[in-house]
Amino acid sequence: MDNASTVLQLLFSGIGTGSIYALVAVGFNVIFKSTDAINFSQGEWVMMGGMVAAATVTASSSPVWLACLFAVLVVTAVGLVSERLVILPIAKPTPLLITLISIGLAICTKSAVMLTLGKNPAGYPGFAGDALVTVAGATVHSQTLWILVITAAFMVLAHLFFEKTVLGKALRAAAADRDAAALVGIKARSTVMWSFAIAAMAGAIAGTIITPLTLTSYDAGTMLGFKGFSAAMLGGLGNLYGSLLGGLLLGVLEAFASGYISSHFKDAIAFVVLLLILFWRPVGLIGKPVVEKV
Amino acid sequence: MLEVMGLNAGYGEIQILRDLSLTVEPGECVCLVGANGAGKTTLMRSLSGLLRPVGGSIRFDGQELARLSAHDVVTRGVALVPEGRRVFGPLTVRDNLEMGAFRHLWPPNKEKGRHDGFGRDLEFVLTLFPRLRERLQQPAGTLSGGEQQMLAIGRALMTRPKLLLLDEPSMGLAPLVVKEIFATIRALNAEGIAILLAEQNARMALRTASRGYVIAEGRIVNSADTAALQRDPAVQEAYLGF
Repeated sequence: MDNASTVLQLLFSGIGTGSIYALVAVGFNVIFKSTDAINFSQGEWVMMGGMVAAATVTASSSPVWLACLFAVLVVTAVGLVSERLVILPIAKPTPLLITLISIGLAICTKSAVMLTLGKNPAGYPGFAGDALVTVAGATVHSQTLWILVITAAFMVLAHLFFEKTVLGKALRAAAADRDAAALVGIKARSTVMWSFAIAAMAGAIAGTIITPLTLTSYDAGTMLGFKGFSAAMLGGLGNLYGSLLGGLLLGVLEAFASGYISSHFKDAIAFVVLLLILFWRPVGLIGKPVVEKV
Repeated sequence: MLEVMGLNAGYGEIQILRDLSLTVEPGECVCLVGANGAGKTTLMRSLSGLLRPVGGSIRFDGQELARLSAHDVVTRGVALVPEGRRVFGPLTVRDNLEMGAFRHLWPPNKEKGRHDGFGRDLEFVLTLFPRLRERLQQPAGTLSGGEQQMLAIGRALMTRPKLLLLDEPSMGLAPLVVKEIFATIRALNAEGIAILLAEQNARMALRTASRGYVIAEGRIVNSADTAALQRDPAVQEAYLGF
């Protein structure tokens, strides 16, 4: 294999996993914006998306894309119901409290999946089977291309949702100023519910489209969550476009590190990046520091 | 229209408002003057539902508001323009105004007729503040202080209030802009919207309103029509700088 095609190969694989990190990072961002909390169950929703889709494919022999769509709907509903069950009842929801509760929620989600869907790794073929495609000399799995297309479509739709729809703008308004939003009739508690649903949806999409390449199992969520969190921090927490940038950058870094150094370093990269960004630029690459005006 | 009786409110252990009572009649413009820290903002926050009072009652058009949250109070027809303007900085001017109409627009198609009212309300606000029309697509955070104040008032008007609460609308603004804002407040009042205006700038407030309350240490210490308050030696000395 010549050098250029190796680089291209790694680039594709990096952008593929990077897209997944970007989707997970969007989930972190949406909930962070509405609650100022870090939601540790984000990664579990990714895992759950893959597990539910796999179970659906096995149980119903329905086409993969349909099973994935179903799984995304189920997990979105799980996100929404989780918020109503464990966040809504908090009398005074502080960011720290929500963060701690999300750890409990993550453990419960993981256990529930383990008890209902089992401990075995699960998977299914890609949307176009397991066909390989040659792009400019690099051989890539067709599912990688699907990942790119679906992530791009999700990002465009998310952008339109937050910029053009009444509900999307209300979520941004509440994130900008909770009291001022309440004064025009936007319920903070409802915006939190919607943000959980959207975050769960982003996570589930990531989980359903990556599973054909990596398989998944009940304990895969934690690592995916941390990778997504690193991506969110890298791009700048609270910024949708930062998520995309951070995710792609992290994915590509990982791919090149495992390609040129050693695949043992693959997971370490995300955490080295997380540490460096926390030391060097805690607001992320395109984040703005929060200035408290008095 | 608005009847506040024996209101007690504060933050945690610290009581700010003590047995405070006041009224606003339909179509009236009432001002509330007092020094910094007298309790004006605490009263405004209590009336709008941002702060739950410890005791007392807030009746508006016969309904009790004291137990309601802010997002419910606004549906009863009371809108607060908060101290410091608090516009949604990252949203455009137009989107800020649209958010003012949030409860008419979401959930969608609750009542078809209401949606049509949005364009009319928007036009009303933009006619009132032509400068906002020039800045419709600009993020609200990039506006000048005066423009942000206009936007904050416009956003509150989009909720279709019967009573408009204004907390320090002159804060941090140049004298010319203050004049402009108060002219608008008078115009709104002439349209039939009742107004309760909290101001440190007592001179402007007393010139604008027809009746006034003087608040000090969380209590109403004086109330009269504004002409009488302007002649009152104690008011002159404390708030008008004579």
